[in-house]
Amino acid sequence: MLNQLTLMIILAPLIAGLIAGIYGKKIGRRGAHCITTLGVAISFVLSLIILRQIFWENNTGSNTNIYTWGISGNFHFYIGFLIDRLSAVMMSIVTFISLAVHIYSIGYMKDDPGYQRFFSYISLFTFAMLMLVTANNFLQLYFGWEGVGLVSYLLIGFWFKRETANFGSLKAFLVNRVGDFGFILGIAGILDYAGTLDLSQIFMIAPHLPPAVLTTVCLLLFIGAMGKSAQMPLHIWLPESMEGPTPISALIHAATMVTAGIYLVSRLSPLYEYSVTALSVILIIGATGALFTGILALVQTDIKRVIAYSTLSQLGYMVAALGVSAYSVGIFHLVTHAFFKALLFLAAGSVIVALHHEQDMRRMGGLKKYMPITYMTFLIGALALSAVPPFAGFFSKDLIIDAVHESHILGSGYAYFCVVLGAFITPLYIFRALFMTFHGEEKFNEETRQHLHESSWVILIPLIILAVPSVFAGYYLIKPLIFDHGFGHSIFVLPQHNVLSKLDFSSAAEMMPDAIKHSYALYISLLGIIAAWLFYRVFPKWPSKMRQNFALIYTVLINKYGFDLFNEKIIMPATRYLSTIFYTVGDLKIVDDTFVDGTGRMVSRISELTRRLQSGHLYHYALMMIVGLLVLLCWMVIG
Amino acid sequence: MSLTAFLIVGAILFGLGMAGIVINRKNIIALLMSIELILLAVNTNFIAFSYYLNDIAGQIFVFFILAIAAAEAAIGLAILMVLFRKHGSINAAAMNALKG
Repeated sequence: MLNQLTLMIILAPLIAGLIAGIYGKKIGRRGAHCITTLGVAISFVLSLIILRQIFWENNTGSNTNIYTWGISGNFHFYIGFLIDRLSAVMMSIVTFISLAVHIYSIGYMKDDPGYQRFFSYISLFTFAMLMLVTANNFLQLYFGWEGVGLVSYLLIGFWFKRETANFGSLKAFLVNRVGDFGFILGIAGILDYAGTLDLSQIFMIAPHLPPAVLTTVCLLLFIGAMGKSAQMPLHIWLPESMEGPTPISALIHAATMVTAGIYLVSRLSPLYEYSVTALSVILIIGATGALFTGILALVQTDIKRVIAYSTLSQLGYMVAALGVSAYSVGIFHLVTHAFFKALLFLAAGSVIVALHHEQDMRRMGGLKKYMPITYMTFLIGALALSAVPPFAGFFSKDLIIDAVHESHILGSGYAYFCVVLGAFITPLYIFRALFMTFHGEEKFNEETRQHLHESSWVILIPLIILAVPSVFAGYYLIKPLIFDHGFGHSIFVLPQHNVLSKLDFSSAAEMMPDAIKHSYALYISLLGIIAAWLFYRVFPKWPSKMRQNFALIYTVLINKYGFDLFNEKIIMPATRYLSTIFYTVGDLKIVDDTFVDGTGRMVSRISELTRRLQSGHLYHYALMMIVGLLVLLCWMVIG
Repeated sequence: MSLTAFLIVGAILFGLGMAGIVINRKNIIALLMSIELILLAVNTNFIAFSYYLNDIAGQIFVFFILAIAAAEAAIGLAILMVLFRKHGSINAAAMNALKG
């Protein structure tokens, strides 16, 4: 039963995407968006059915292979589905966000010439992500993983006539290759030591593997997760992905792609639990990302880029949660983040459409009275992101900070500092964006003002749909996801790593008074909002003064800590230099010259020698015959 | 007379024929003659063994071989005629069309 449902969930977006892609011209624009939206809607409804069965009807889930994809020696490669609490949650969230994005895109992409292609891609994106989260073996996981990478490349470069879009899509693809390389090495290591790619079998073998092997494999797999989930230093592709259309940014940043890494580490918790080193690395990388990429958002002027850097920062929080073995909290933050991040992106998209594709916040301002619904939804998203109770982000983010606080593994002190300071930065940058966009004086020209109006309903409905869970999801989901049974057997935590058992509250209702009494993070968040209000509403001259007084820091921030510079000045020339060496020496000299041309040359040289024997004179041949005959005779007589 | 003496004559004839083929580099007619010599060496051997073994069949065989050798010589000379018409010479050293 579960398998059939899962198969339908996965195939519906695939079929819809293929129809929209191949027969796009025949079925027209209306046909394309109807069929793909229908496909994702089917997936969403069926995902909810599975979610309900697993969380509320005590269905234990299933893990079955449905098809043998290939046999190579002793290895069997299957297509199979692992349906449990974790994948049920992931499927629901992916299809929900995807559905909202589909509906939104009908309005946002209205005038785009590549309409059918766009809908085909986003359906395929959903398909790849669903494939990833339902896989019960590494090979299928890798298929989804690469599928997501490929479609993200196509989508970021959707407006392929723009040079920056091509650049951004290539950058995303290349950086992801680096991560994927680590990932496939990790899979190879697993296959070598465990002898299987099936997840449940690997989990049984995991405790018996040598610790060094386990740590290596975990770190390699985490490199893959770093690529997809945009962790430092592989985060550089995510801001460039803003070159794609806004619905794509929402889809990439909220539900698909970047969540893949978080999902991967949570899914592999039985491996990571046995490697404290890997957990420490994860914690430090995550916490660093949470703070430092958040700071970068403070100097961005492009509204989408502010939200993009905020995604990086929030992903850092999720990864930090994984590092302290609070996997369920990481996934919980993933869920709440998906709602409010999709909301923020789609609201930003609504503003961008209203201003005729203007993304620079310095040319916005005062949009509150023109676009009240967009403003309200953006505000809800911003409050949720800033972790203000009772909005969704508060519960998940505060839990992460508490979990990091309770942890004692290497690096947890530093991580706690980062995540708490990050809690101040987050509201600062998002309310900076809010004030610059919706408040203050109007900085757009008169002509724009005359055409300025609230977006159409097809854009507003997804905003409202997303605003509701952005408010309530935290309060209502914390019980089933964290406190009741959590993720049950799908997430494994060693007793000595279990930070959640040390918390002194066990429901959302208890958590809020507890936070008001004990949590710094809450007050720090509020301080962030007040700081943003002071800087951008009360004393608007302060930001430019700060820029002048801290010119050095500003330069560092505007250059994004020099990661791009480092890549351009060191990594790229080094790669080119190495490639040139490999090309001239390895390919041209060794392969081409020695092996390919060398074989030909060798044959002709030997022939050059042997052709001398072929004199054409009869008497030479006769002599040879006699000599040969004599030798044969001698051999026979003597031997 | 012992068998060995006959066989030595045969071997000398064979060696002469062989040397004729290898050493002679000019005249194709001499080449054909050398081949006839080799054939005669074989015939001598046949006769010697026939006499030694008291088997008349070997001597009968020699008649056949001589008859066929005559035919072969005729054909060889005919080919030689055609060759001369085509190339204008019968110099064996110049005939190396199969040279690699």
